[in-house]
Amino acid sequence: MRRYVASRLAQSALVVLLSLTAVFGMVRLGGDPVLLFLPMDIQAKDVNEIRQRLGFNDPLPVQYARYMKGALHGDFGESLRYRRDALGLVLERLPATLLLAGTSIALTLVVAVPLGLLTAVRRDSFVDHAGTIVMVLGQATPGFWLGLMLIYLFAVQLRWLPTGGTGSLAHLVMPSVVLAAFFSARVARLTRSAVIDVLGEEYITTARAKGLAESRVIGKHTLRNSAIPIVTLAGLEAGQLLGGAVITETIFAWPGLGRLTVQALLNRDFPVVMAAVSFTSIVYTLMNLAVDLAYGWLDPRVRVQS
Amino acid sequence: MSLKPPGTPGHPLGTDQLGRDLLARVLYGARLALFIGVCTVLVTAVVGGLLGLVAGFVERWPSAVLMRIADVQLSFPFILLALTINAIVGLGLRNIIFSLSAAGWVVYARVVRGEVLSVKQRDFVHAATALGVGRPRLLFRHVLPNVAPSLIVVASLQFSQFIVAEAAISFLGFGVQPPTPAWGSMLSESRDFLYVAWWLAAFPGAALALTALGVNLLGDWLRDTLDPKLRV
Repeated sequence: MRRYVASRLAQSALVVLLSLTAVFGMVRLGGDPVLLFLPMDIQAKDVNEIRQRLGFNDPLPVQYARYMKGALHGDFGESLRYRRDALGLVLERLPATLLLAGTSIALTLVVAVPLGLLTAVRRDSFVDHAGTIVMVLGQATPGFWLGLMLIYLFAVQLRWLPTGGTGSLAHLVMPSVVLAAFFSARVARLTRSAVIDVLGEEYITTARAKGLAESRVIGKHTLRNSAIPIVTLAGLEAGQLLGGAVITETIFAWPGLGRLTVQALLNRDFPVVMAAVSFTSIVYTLMNLAVDLAYGWLDPRVRVQS
Repeated sequence: MSLKPPGTPGHPLGTDQLGRDLLARVLYGARLALFIGVCTVLVTAVVGGLLGLVAGFVERWPSAVLMRIADVQLSFPFILLALTINAIVGLGLRNIIFSLSAAGWVVYARVVRGEVLSVKQRDFVHAATALGVGRPRLLFRHVLPNVAPSLIVVASLQFSQFIVAEAAISFLGFGVQPPTPAWGSMLSESRDFLYVAWWLAAFPGAALALTALGVNLLGDWLRDTLDPKLRV
């Protein structure tokens, strides 16, 4: 197990370094980076002065080394708009995103796993067909459209919930439902197919043959064995929540990391963009690492193979 | 007031804030969404497929390099990567196709590489090698046809993701700009009129959801028919 952990840690460290490099490369993708950093209506003589000040007149390897050194120390430069440390701005927005993501994950586990289990156990029944239709529809519905429709229904027509912003529990309802909708549909489908696979195994037939109560067969033998694929895939999907948060937070004016990223992109505030995108990537990598380690812990066969 | 509700004679879905017929705009939006989806799927399938084919076939360093690139790409949520690239390369139709492709090709490369690694071990490949078949011919005549079903399945599953991502990026104010009738930018404009004209938000979004649903069902069917192994 120790060797497995060490090799996964080394791999993740490499991915983090390469991802930071990719962020650097991405910003250079559009040609002259200074033009990205500045408003459209700037004077030509100012451009060169700013290029000098931000160090874009140096050779690329020098700039790269300086960027990596800063990034590894958590220094992505100063926000061009707020005149403040870029990473500080990102960290300030983090709790709001974590609250939203945490609520969505909890909502998903409460709704999706029982739904997937139920449809798998009652396979080909009315419940299964109805449940599958809900899952397929949930997977196809774009979150930002669902968000607009919920705002129309619950905020404009019924006036039960606020249209956006933050402050009370009521503000949390719609964003977390929207964020959880797509995720739940995926997790429910995964649960359904994982449980169906396990139900086909011989040890389930054995458990039934020796006369165990159905509740024990499902609750203990089936659910525990289907947990491995569910944990893995749900963990990987949870990373996509960070991506989904970009859109959901914008619709509901939720002051999180996703909305900060979109605003920084719109304002051409690239130090903040670099900090936010790098931070998201690192969190995502760490989540993948956690999933892999959980996987190795749940299923000893994985450790031996790698 | 130029906003007319659905059911107005001559405008089955009503009109928008400038008096434009919503049905016509939704239909033109379908053309745009499908065009972007098809182009992106073609670009990613060809680029990702070829790289995966080479990496799986040659192994050694091409394989190692591709897997590291894949790891890095997969360390960013897809939509965030596509959005950031789009904000950097700029607006317009060609750039949105580029951004989605740059963020999406790696999935194909990974699947194809994995398939090639297993197909390579099969007897008919060894037989072809023993008969003196050259490498390019071996790759394109013997390996590729056996990898193609997985490639088609991945492409169909990615298709709806690309369409929805394009709409999301246009919704956020990047990608395709008004007055081009893209579903995403139509939804974005509709936010200002949500209190007075629900139909502006309802119909373009419904069209998007129905398209995604149709493509997903097609993808599921293709997966079950062509490649039962990939069943999630």
